[in-house]
Amino acid sequence: MSSVLTLDTAERNRLLTAYPDVFHRSFMQRWGLLLISAAVLIYLGFCFAFFNVIPTFVNGNWDRAAIYVQDWYSWRAQPRLRFQNDQVVPQWTSRRQYPEGADIDWLKPSADGSRYIVTFGSDADRLEVSPSRVDVYIDGKLYPVTITRDRASMLANAPAQMHQDDNKVNVYYGFAGQAEIRTSQVYVQRRFLGWANFFFDTQSPFWGHSLPEVIGLIFSGERLDANQSNASLAFDNFLNNASWQHGDILSKLMQTLVMAFVGTLFGTLVAFPLAFIGARNIMRSRAVNWGTKRLFDFLRSIDMLIWALFFTRAFGPGPLPGIAAIFCTDTGALGKVYAEALENIDDKQREGVKSVGAAPVAVQRFGVIPQVLPVFISQSLYFWESNTRSATVIGAVGAGGIGLKLLESMKTNSDWDKVAYMVLLILLVVFAFDNLSNALRSRVMGKKNH
Amino acid sequence: MAHSAGANSLNGLQESSRTILDNYQSQVRTRRIYTIVSIVVFVIILGASLDFANSANSGKFFERLPYFFDFMKSFVPDSPLEIFRAMFDLPSPFSDGSIKYDYTSDRVWITDSFYIPNFFYQLAITLNIAIVSTILGASGAFMLCFFASTNLVGAGVTRWIVRRIMEIMRAFPEIVIAGLLAAILSIGPISAIIAVWVHTVGALGKLFFEVVENADMKPDEGLRAVGAGWIERVRFAILPQVLPNFVSYTLLRTEINVRASTIIGAVGGGGIGEVFSLSIGRDHAAKTYAIIILLLITVICVDQFSAWLRRRLIGKQSFEFGRGAA
Repeated sequence: MSSVLTLDTAERNRLLTAYPDVFHRSFMQRWGLLLISAAVLIYLGFCFAFFNVIPTFVNGNWDRAAIYVQDWYSWRAQPRLRFQNDQVVPQWTSRRQYPEGADIDWLKPSADGSRYIVTFGSDADRLEVSPSRVDVYIDGKLYPVTITRDRASMLANAPAQMHQDDNKVNVYYGFAGQAEIRTSQVYVQRRFLGWANFFFDTQSPFWGHSLPEVIGLIFSGERLDANQSNASLAFDNFLNNASWQHGDILSKLMQTLVMAFVGTLFGTLVAFPLAFIGARNIMRSRAVNWGTKRLFDFLRSIDMLIWALFFTRAFGPGPLPGIAAIFCTDTGALGKVYAEALENIDDKQREGVKSVGAAPVAVQRFGVIPQVLPVFISQSLYFWESNTRSATVIGAVGAGGIGLKLLESMKTNSDWDKVAYMVLLILLVVFAFDNLSNALRSRVMGKKNH
Repeated sequence: MAHSAGANSLNGLQESSRTILDNYQSQVRTRRIYTIVSIVVFVIILGASLDFANSANSGKFFERLPYFFDFMKSFVPDSPLEIFRAMFDLPSPFSDGSIKYDYTSDRVWITDSFYIPNFFYQLAITLNIAIVSTILGASGAFMLCFFASTNLVGAGVTRWIVRRIMEIMRAFPEIVIAGLLAAILSIGPISAIIAVWVHTVGALGKLFFEVVENADMKPDEGLRAVGAGWIERVRFAILPQVLPNFVSYTLLRTEINVRASTIIGAVGGGGIGEVFSLSIGRDHAAKTYAIIILLLITVICVDQFSAWLRRRLIGKQSFEFGRGAA
């Protein structure tokens, strides 16, 4: 493809005069995009400095980030092995991680009872804890840590997984966990893949059974509780799971959905008649038009957040302020969109109805509504869909729903697995509602418009 | 019944016309039944929802209604001028040493004698968060959208993956991203930028690829005929058609992101949202009103400016259906 294109002068001039806008473009047309890109890049560079991006990232707690992210899909057991009267006593810190007297296969007293053995994954990685000395095994090799009155100290030849931090020693076993050896206790973090106790917490009689066993118990087992059947007991235990709080989370999710649904619906119902008043071609009075449109602007431009905060103070936290906030902003936004749709209608249909002597209400009913109804419904469905998402966010400022729950879980900084669970639920619900709204919309608008 | 009435009044009709009329009327009847049934179902769902919302709320609707304006009544600044003193960080005559009336200490000094009032400074931060995240988000969406459109990408797998990525990015709750990053990077605007950016890529990506799918493919065919590669086809056939729409959607997104960054600020992303939730939480009436007024003005200005720009860029038709999928 190396043919050379040759033009004679006449042809060249003809082309030049025939297509002046192709060959003689203005300065902005030729360089505008480049100039705008350059300006944007300079602006981004300025913001990069203004927001202190590099120092913030350098000072970020990235090791903490790794722990948080691992918490999303794994579970930490955090016993403290305290040294009391020359004995090792395990203590559980949070969330009732194991029931009293449970048989834990990775945390066992040694055969003679003088020491506790903590295994990290395999037998080659383990700690043998006694009050005066902790034997740290890494890949089967022994690195003893001696504990004196005011200091735990490791040997000089210890590998990189061990780290002397002032008077305590940290041991890292990667994903399987870590341990902090102090003078008075060994603080163990043991990590397991998956969400522990997701179905039943440790207080439940179903705890520790595998899924087939649970199903067996539910359908054919002896009654565990004389007052109710096993199925209802299992359901009850699941909903009231103390560490996962399924019942609470589901009801908060329900609140979020209700907020979006009712808020959008009421917004639609109020915006619908107001839009007729605001549309220039339907209500002839300019003053009324203007007033209605400014009302829409006002409702819309005060942020959903501000409405939410305001109504939270009035009604107290819960879904009501969320509904009210969504209602206010949606009335403004939908009213504007509806009024614009009304102003774009084809007048012929209205004139036709008017010409046969119909009353004003009938003119609207048969001349206007059939034209705009699909647009109205489609827009309301769009808003419903997007409010399902926004409701999560305004929940976080106190308007109830799953947003508040999310924020609370994040603030504890240890419930990231619960955050992941809620995020998954939200994603599922949002996808379901997107598809529902899409399906309804394409039915209303007809396939081609969608 | 409708049948006999129709038959009586329209005796002159032929047999075939009458059949059509009968069928029409029976369809109308079915439709009415459907409408009534769906309205009843709808009302039941609505009633159940309202009841649930009312019982889940900490204060009940009808109990709280008489006290509705109490908050507003108690939330009156000492004098209207106080709002402007709070806005411009001027000393207050009500000053009693508490932070409620202490505005001057919030000044942000640029030079020794020139300061920016704190709320304006925080507003500038929020606006910059919105603009930066929109720019970054639009660039991300721009890069992704061509791989998500049916008319440009043959491989269904690529398209499927890109579309799912966009869906997850737009449905993932912003406050979770902001919260996680705030825990790592400490509270500040960067977590807000990243949170809003992620959402923007997903939301704009969807709008962008729908525009690309609606593009006229004749220029593409022309370029294909002269042997242009994929990138050249996108650059010279698709891009000129879709760019105005892209810009318009990006401007719409800027408006939405100004609000979004305010909200993220309120849950720990810095900027005016954070100041706002603090002042409303502590009952600082004058400060709260000052911020509300500032926010109102800002949102109206941003809306108007972006509307003006869009009108100049692609004419009036870009206004017909509001903000699209948010």
